[in-house]
Amino acid sequence: MTLTVAIRHDFGGFALDVAFAAPAGITVLFGRSGAGKTTIVNAVAGLLRPQGGRIVVAGRTLFDSAAGIFLPPHRRRLGVIFQEGRLFPHLTVRQNLAYGRWFAPPGGPPGEVAEVVAMLGLGPLLDRRPGRLSGGEKQRVAIGRALLARPAIVLADEPLASLDEARKAEILPYFERLRDGVAVPVLYVTHAPAEVARLATTVVALAHGRVTAEGPAAAVLADPAVTPLGAREAGAMVLARVRAHHPDGLTELEAGGAPLFVPALAAPPGTEVRLRIAAHEVILAREKPVGLSALNILAGRVHEVRAGEGPGAMVALDTAAGRLLARITRRSAVAMGLRPGLACHAVIKTVAPAPADLGGGGEPE
Amino acid sequence: MGWLGPAEWQAVTLSLRVALWATAVSLPPGILVAHLLARGRFPGRGLLNGLVHLPLILPPVVTGYLLLLAFGTRGPVGGLLAEAGIVFAFRWTGAALAAGVMAFPLMVRAIRLSIEAVDPRLEAAAATLGAGRAAVFLTVTLPLILPGILAGAILAFAKAMGEFGATITFVASIPGQTRTVPSAIYAALQVPGGEGTALRLVAVAVAVALAALGLSELVARGVARRIGRT
Repeated sequence: MTLTVAIRHDFGGFALDVAFAAPAGITVLFGRSGAGKTTIVNAVAGLLRPQGGRIVVAGRTLFDSAAGIFLPPHRRRLGVIFQEGRLFPHLTVRQNLAYGRWFAPPGGPPGEVAEVVAMLGLGPLLDRRPGRLSGGEKQRVAIGRALLARPAIVLADEPLASLDEARKAEILPYFERLRDGVAVPVLYVTHAPAEVARLATTVVALAHGRVTAEGPAAAVLADPAVTPLGAREAGAMVLARVRAHHPDGLTELEAGGAPLFVPALAAPPGTEVRLRIAAHEVILAREKPVGLSALNILAGRVHEVRAGEGPGAMVALDTAAGRLLARITRRSAVAMGLRPGLACHAVIKTVAPAPADLGGGGEPE
Repeated sequence: MGWLGPAEWQAVTLSLRVALWATAVSLPPGILVAHLLARGRFPGRGLLNGLVHLPLILPPVVTGYLLLLAFGTRGPVGGLLAEAGIVFAFRWTGAALAAGVMAFPLMVRAIRLSIEAVDPRLEAAAATLGAGRAAVFLTVTLPLILPGILAGAILAFAKAMGEFGATITFVASIPGQTRTVPSAIYAALQVPGGEGTALRLVAVAVAVALAALGLSELVARGVARRIGRT
């Protein structure tokens, strides 16, 4: 099941012209506000009719301007998770969850509802009405309602944007389960780097209505040429595994054979976690530093040095843990003689893998 | 009811029948027109809006006379309907028609306001979940505007109970056919010694109006509790 999108739409002051493919897993549309993310979601949902192009989901053409095809939203088999939940206030949680099933083709695995209710922890909420739910609970119900419509694709339009940090941390694990356990492709819109690093299988970076990069999350995020939110927000994504918990409050992770230490993580050894390592949290050193308070030092080789317009430079560094980004000054890059192929050490300040940037593991409740 | 005379009792039951029919029959078109005015984008929307509100602005006698011209047995509409066996002129059905036409703008206004208060994004969400337009209306819009529909229906009922000018112009004041409570009060006041009848009917009118108001309040509260707005 995949989604292919190629659309053009001119709003007068803003022109959208994008083409990308979303395989299984979570494809994140990543970019600043106004980059065209929501327009794309609305076009896929059928809430906006683009002036030209084609949208195909799992072999079904939803829109084709050349062939004159435009399926209305209710015939597209969607599961849309809106930023504001949009639960039906006059229905109970149980009825909200069942809403899409009233119109979905019959069939589906037995025990489907029970499974989704268990996955999202909705059991105690079933008889309540949305007016009596917290923001996080509402969003969980919205996820369940979208899944139970037996959609061919799930669209999530900044589903966490209206929640505070604690509620975001509560919802993120459910999207991870969605990514890892459901075959339906998910198109996920966000401008939060932490969400991208934690959830994305594929990243489609957008700027000014154009796709600037498209590919596996780790590759796109560690590409110094692609910083959809600017250099300040750039950061690489690293896959790691919990190795051990130490009595001094640190958790030891292992990424590609290299050890990494983070503040205590509530996850059993063996759990896979995603780390976001922000570019501004990485310092580079030609020699392996000694007598330094930083615990996480990775040896690597410079892959690319990219100077921006200001005083900064972005360095991509290949390490055992994967490709990292470091944001340094151009002056340092010149002084250190950084060039592709040069051996180098990345010093990651221990504060870098902050809890908000850590994925996986921790139980939501 | 021993304290009401047979003629008075007749006026009360007739008024109730007229008002109930007027309300029930105008409710479906009232919802449709309110929906068109609230959500529709079509040429002639302003004209429809004006037409619906006309009975509110015109003198009731004028509305009654226009009804007589159109629905009288020799009128263009009345003549056609008479061939089909439907007669409005000087029948209780004519009183119901007049009451319904006069109450229609009030009903449409109340329902329209409640439709405009429904978040269109909820309707869009329902569409993305597979609901076609009719299903969206029946499962999302209609339940959410139920308080407005009830308010509109009760307003229309109260207005229909009290309708006088258009009714008496269109169908006169025939005891047992078209002499509703207001007509009966007016007739009683025209004859010496009719004050007793008038006062008793006034008491009934006040009681019915208060009951309608109380009922609408109760129902609105029940609906609000069900939707969980606090």
